[in-house]
Amino acid sequence: MGDTTQKGQTRRGFLRAGVAAGGALAAGAVGARAAAPDPLITEIQPWAQGFGEGVDATPYGMPIHFEGEVVRRNVPWLTADPISSINFTPIHALDGTITPQGCAFERHHSGAIELSKDDYRLMINGMVARPLVFSYAELERFPRESRVHFCECAANTGMEWAGAQLNGAQFTHGMIHNMEYVGVPLKTLLIEAGADLSAGWVFVEGADASSNGRSIPMEKALDDVLVAFKANGEALRMEHGYPVRLVVPGWEGNMWVKWLRRIEVRNTAVESREETSKYTDTMADGSARKWTWVMDAKSVITSPSPQAPISHGPGPLVITGLAWSGRGRIARVDVTVDGGRNWRTARLAPHDGDKALHRFYLEHDWDGAEMLLQSRAVDSTGYVQPTKNELRAVRGLNSVYHNNCIQTWWVKPTGEAENVEIS
Amino acid sequence: MSKFHEILTSAALAAALAAPAFADPAQAGPLGLGRPALPEEIAAWDLDVSPNGDGLPEGSGDVATGEELFSDNCASCHGDPLKTVGSYWPHLSTAFDYVRRSMPFGGAQVLTDDEVYAIVAYILYNNDLVEDDFVLSKENFLEVTLPNAEGFFVDDRDAAELPLFVREPCMENCKATVEITAHASVVDVTPDE
Repeated sequence: MGDTTQKGQTRRGFLRAGVAAGGALAAGAVGARAAAPDPLITEIQPWAQGFGEGVDATPYGMPIHFEGEVVRRNVPWLTADPISSINFTPIHALDGTITPQGCAFERHHSGAIELSKDDYRLMINGMVARPLVFSYAELERFPRESRVHFCECAANTGMEWAGAQLNGAQFTHGMIHNMEYVGVPLKTLLIEAGADLSAGWVFVEGADASSNGRSIPMEKALDDVLVAFKANGEALRMEHGYPVRLVVPGWEGNMWVKWLRRIEVRNTAVESREETSKYTDTMADGSARKWTWVMDAKSVITSPSPQAPISHGPGPLVITGLAWSGRGRIARVDVTVDGGRNWRTARLAPHDGDKALHRFYLEHDWDGAEMLLQSRAVDSTGYVQPTKNELRAVRGLNSVYHNNCIQTWWVKPTGEAENVEIS
Repeated sequence: MSKFHEILTSAALAAALAAPAFADPAQAGPLGLGRPALPEEIAAWDLDVSPNGDGLPEGSGDVATGEELFSDNCASCHGDPLKTVGSYWPHLSTAFDYVRRSMPFGGAQVLTDDEVYAIVAYILYNNDLVEDDFVLSKENFLEVTLPNAEGFFVDDRDAAELPLFVREPCMENCKATVEITAHASVVDVTPDE
């Protein structure tokens, strides 16, 4: 097999060629013999001879320009304008579990605002012994916690209820990010204000024009909600709520109020726009579920996928993806290459991962034939990610939110992949 | 500097020394951080309005005034008033709360309370829920019941879905045949890269 004609394999362009007639190439245990010595090796290259950039060139760096395609993208037809809209994390091009802030999806209802630490105020009022106002600096004087959590928009995969629509993991599953947060437990601030911890609810709102007010049950507020000011080691980016946002682990992203400015302790839910008109789930009979906060267990194969086709032909193939559950940890992810007839258990990259993204890998020897790729998450409660038709059987076709169905990629012999539905 | 000294020098000295009347005694006590929120500050930010009418300001507004205000402040985005207030929204307080705090889009909180009452009255009129001479006020607000008030139920996934989906997954020979039933490429709505 050593003399198979994998022509182009040594050419730099191949790496960027995407779907480069891969299916026509024969598998080999060893790479093909090069037709000629590779000039990238035999000739002295500029980067091996001269200087690179000095340490003063880039005080704060962006990814190298070769990675310029790895960016957030939006879908213009989804919303009336980009101010009250959403974009998508390029999950098809990322690996590991931490999402860099600069490409983590954004959802704003009145745009991303500029609010300085000096101008920042956080108020706690309502059923408290001491209504208080905190400055940003004061928040940093409370004992802190550091935790990794995923934030998933309730509408992630929502466009897929009606059928296979958007052709790419970024668009079908990219309303998610996963960051390491540092902040103060909400419970600590509630105690500071002498809150009535037997009250039913806290209402939280942001400083932006939308305010995006949401009611959170006290039980959750006292459990694991974080008033966060750092993400992935640095200050929150503007679009993620600088200087302070709420982290509501495992619950829908709309509750993770950005530019957090007020916490009100109450006996009842406010039933604001974002928890009545929006973020409720219409069933087949027209009735609607409300207070659907927890994000069900879910997974998706990020590569190969429509935006990340197989470029190398048959042979060793890494199938990888993400899995998560709002109810706890991921216990297992199974992968099928034949549309769900047979499944193999993937390898989970080890980490703790409570209400956080998990990374899975399945090393596969691809024969070059078409595949119907799916992943299926099982969480620590025993919940098994359902198929799209199983979800439709329970909820009907009127839903927008909370679509955690199994996703199918049809991988063709060329290595190209497409979002499809299967029987 | 000792923590005790920090507390003593805090601007919130009086508040910090007050007994935490409601705090869970099992939890650590307050650190004496923050300062008391003044009534004027709370009034400026605590604008939320609840289904039971809590938070409604004094005021009133009529349908005709609301129509004019809607035309000037809302129609450029909304066209006609939201029909979903009549068909889907469970509480009128939600409309008042949202218009008052977050609308108009790009100019939040420029409307007076009377103007908000008028716009909400016009929304009700446009949903065929009140007559054209209707005046909405703090006093009669709770008399309006939206048609879909009973249309919502609290998340029942634990009962309705967990019994279906907490299960032993099939690993081998799970189905006899597989066919592709839908293609995203046919729909063709994906943005160009």
